[in-house]
Order: sequence, then C-alpha cells, then structure tokens
Amino acid sequence: MVETLRLYGRYIGASVRGQMQYRASFVLMSIGQLFATGMEFLGIWALFYRFSSLVGWSLPEIALFYGMIHCAFAFADGFGRGFDVFPSMVKTGDFDRLLVRPRSTVFQVAARDLQLMRVGRLTQGLLVLLWAIGALGITWTVARVGLLLAAIAGAACFFLGLFVLQATLSFWTIETLEICNIVTYGGVETAEFPLSIYRTWFRWFFTLVVPLACANYYPGLAILGKPDPAGAPELISWLAPLCGPLFLGVSMLVWRAGVRHYTSTGS
Amino acid sequence: MRGYASFLAARIRVLLQYRAAALAGFGTQLFWGLIRVMIFEAFYRSSTAAQPMTMDEVRSYIWLGQAMLILVMWGPDTDLRDMIRTGGVAYELLRPLDVYWVWFTRCLAQRTVPLVFRAVPMFVVAGLFLGLGAPPSPASAVAWLGATLAAILMSAAFATLISLSLLWTISGEGMCRILPVICWVLSGLIVPLPLYPDWAQRVIMALPFRGLADTPFRLYLGHILPSEALPAIAHQLVWTAAMIAIGRLMLARGLRRVVVQGG
Repeated sequence: MVETLRLYGRYIGASVRGQMQYRASFVLMSIGQLFATGMEFLGIWALFYRFSSLVGWSLPEIALFYGMIHCAFAFADGFGRGFDVFPSMVKTGDFDRLLVRPRSTVFQVAARDLQLMRVGRLTQGLLVLLWAIGALGITWTVARVGLLLAAIAGAACFFLGLFVLQATLSFWTIETLEICNIVTYGGVETAEFPLSIYRTWFRWFFTLVVPLACANYYPGLAILGKPDPAGAPELISWLAPLCGPLFLGVSMLVWRAGVRHYTSTGS
Repeated sequence: MRGYASFLAARIRVLLQYRAAALAGFGTQLFWGLIRVMIFEAFYRSSTAAQPMTMDEVRSYIWLGQAMLILVMWGPDTDLRDMIRTGGVAYELLRPLDVYWVWFTRCLAQRTVPLVFRAVPMFVVAGLFLGLGAPPSPASAVAWLGATLAAILMSAAFATLISLSLLWTISGEGMCRILPVICWVLSGLIVPLPLYPDWAQRVIMALPFRGLADTPFRLYLGHILPSEALPAIAHQLVWTAAMIAIGRLMLARGLRRVVVQGG
C-alpha cells in the first residue's frame, strides 16, 4: 500500500513537473478557468437580481449547492484526467503496454496525469462556498461541518466513478463519447441548483439512474436545515455522502469487466 | 476573389468529414438546452412581476442559442497554431493573397459548416417538440436572416482575432479562454440580455457582443421589431468592420516580428 502510494507520487510528480515547464501557460489557463466559472456565477446573480428568489430558494442557498459541486468536480477532474483522455489510449493501442506492467490498470490510468489547472475551478468553487457560508448564518455544529466535507469528498468520488465508466465504454466503442458529457459536465450544471426545481422525470433520472442527488442536494438540505420539498426523510441526507464511494466501487467492477473484454486495436 | 473562394471550398470539404461528432454534439446541446429551460421556468414560477420577456420568448431564445451556439464557441485553430509553431506560416506569406483575408476565410468556413450541421436538426427538434416558436411575421424572419448573416461575419472576425493572437502567445491559451467567456455572458447565451439589470442595459447594448446572438434572436422573436432591424444590423456591421481593422493592424505588427525558423 505504502509502496503503491509512493509510486503514485512518482507518477504524479512527473506529470506536475511536465506542466510546470510551461509556467506562464499554466497560470493563464488557471486564471482563465477561474474567470470562466466566475462569469457563469455572475449570470446566476443577475437572475436573482431580477427575480429575487428561485421557488423559495435564496441566492446564498444556491451558492452553497454551487460551491459544493464545483469543488467536488474540480477534485475529480484534476485526479481523473487520465480517464478523460483514456479513449485515445485504446485507439492507439497504448493500453497494451499498461496490461504487461505489474500494477493494476486503474492505478496506472489514474496516475498518468494530475491536472493542476483545475485549481482555477477549485478556487472559484471555494470562494462561492465561503461566501455562501458567510451569508447564510448557519449554526455550524461538528456534524454539519463533517457532513459538508464528507459530501464534497463523496461527490468527488461520484464524478470519478462517472469518468471511469465513461472510459470503460471506450473498450467497446473505441471512440470518445461526447454524449457522456451530459452526465459529467451536464451533471455539474444541473447540480448548481437544488434538484427540486426541475421537472419530475429529470429529478428521478438524476436520483435513481445517475445518483447525482446524493452529491450535493440531499446533504445540502441537511446543512441548510430544510426539509425536502419532495418529502425524502432527513436520514437520506446523512447517508448520501456514502453513495459516492459506493458508486466509484461499482464503476471499478465495470472497468474490470471492460478490461477482460478488451482486445487491442492492433495499431 | 477566386482564390478566397477555393480556400473556403477546400476548408468546407475538410470540415464535412466530422458528421458523427456533430451528431454527438447535437445530443449534448439538446440536454443543455433542457436544463436551461427548466431553470428559467423555475425562476418565472417564482415571480409574478412583469418581466421584459415572457417565458415563451425565453424558451425560444434558449433554443435559438443552442442552435447557434457554435458562433460563440471558438477553440484555437489547431492547424494554424501548428503552422505558426513549425514555421509553415511562411508559406502563407508567399501566397499571392492577402493573409488576413485567407485566415478570415478559414474562420468563416469553420463557423459556417458546423453551424449548419447543428442548427438545422436543432430547429427541427426544438420547433416540433420543445417550444421553439416561429417568427411572428415574414418581416421578422427576413430581419433575422439578415442579422444571422451579420452575426456569422462577426463571429469569423472574432475568431480571426483569436487566431492572430497566436502570433504572440503561440499556445494561445489566454485569449482563447477569456474572450469566449466574455462573449458567452455578454451575447445572451447564459442569460438573455433583456433579463440583465436595467441599469446595465445601455452598456451591454453598446458593446459588440450582442451582435453574435442577442440581436438575431430578438429579431426572430419580434422582440426587436422588423422596423428597428436596420440600426440593429448596422450595429453588428460597424463592430465587425472595427474588428477587421484591429485584426489587420495586429497582423501587420505581428508579421513584422515573425522569424521563420529554417529547415
């Protein structure tokens, strides 16, 4: 285990040193990302300026959901970058090389790359989250702080799981599936707002088919001390962070099935 | 002129190869549009006050935005970037054509082909099932078509500016990341421009960005009346001309310091 971690450190170190060769480019990209996500939040602010509330939710409440999901996604996107570019490995046949090395394939793909640039999104998510915490006036108990941190970690696992699943699909399709973006990037976009504002079929999709609701909606409710308008019991809020690691675990099993199915493209 | 036309045709043929990608992109955009429609519906449910646009107008505006998205989505032109990196840009300078217009034509093709591929299915699907209404009068439709053509030119002029910035930064990350986001927010793709605070309207309306999306969309909806179409389209064209002028200036300055590596 320790040895695996050390190896992971070596891999990641190489990736980070590589990215730091283009320091100016790295800084510009990070600022660009901070700016991009920041402008998006400006749009939400403008809508609240005009409509003043969103079916009973206030701007700081939205900011809490928004901050949580963007922090989580920044972590997942930073660490899961290897899976994002994975389809090209299948296409070129590079994946064959991973199979002959004495480490698990998940480990090798995950360790390939750490996208430092994601600090831009992370910073913006944190800023919005901190503003929300300041503006909301929640009484912060140990349980609530714990739930917030666990929820962000759980949501990061959930998105990592999605990346793994998306990469797994390429064992069959060889192609990059842009359509999968609707649950990853689309999921982030969706979860910026509490799920209760959406239509019923859409809510069910993102609760039962893709358990996005567990990422920030249910935990957010408990942090805000609000009951679910759809009537889910509060217990779900406290169990929801567990959903992420569970989902990641299932994704790994699917990945393993994918590897067994893999035949090299031979190129 | 014939030279530019054959450039345009060649570029279009290259881009026609990516039909599958266009289809996948279409599915994604459909989903994105749905999320946005639901968010706006929720906002409209929360307030009974009169708004500068009705929900039906917003719905059509969002679907138009999804159809025309490509006009405000610029990545760096990777071919051009490689050309500048490898020194192949020297060939561009040898051609008996004006470099600015060659690059402008490239960008024009890059806008037009994916636009058609993504817009046509979006109009069909959104028009039939998702509440994209038809223009209220033939005059509105004509005004919309005119403004859309102007928007395509403007988008190409913007894209050329981004390409030209490659002459300085090579990787092009700065311009390529920041300019599109400004355009997204100020062209109406994130929030329809009339919904921004009233005190910001005058500034937003003076800036060029609305010409990329908001102007044609509101002409389509009849939210800007056909009788006001001419000043609106003139606004687009004046800004486009200004950006072309800036682009030519950048090119002249950039080429003065280009050093072509031998080999």
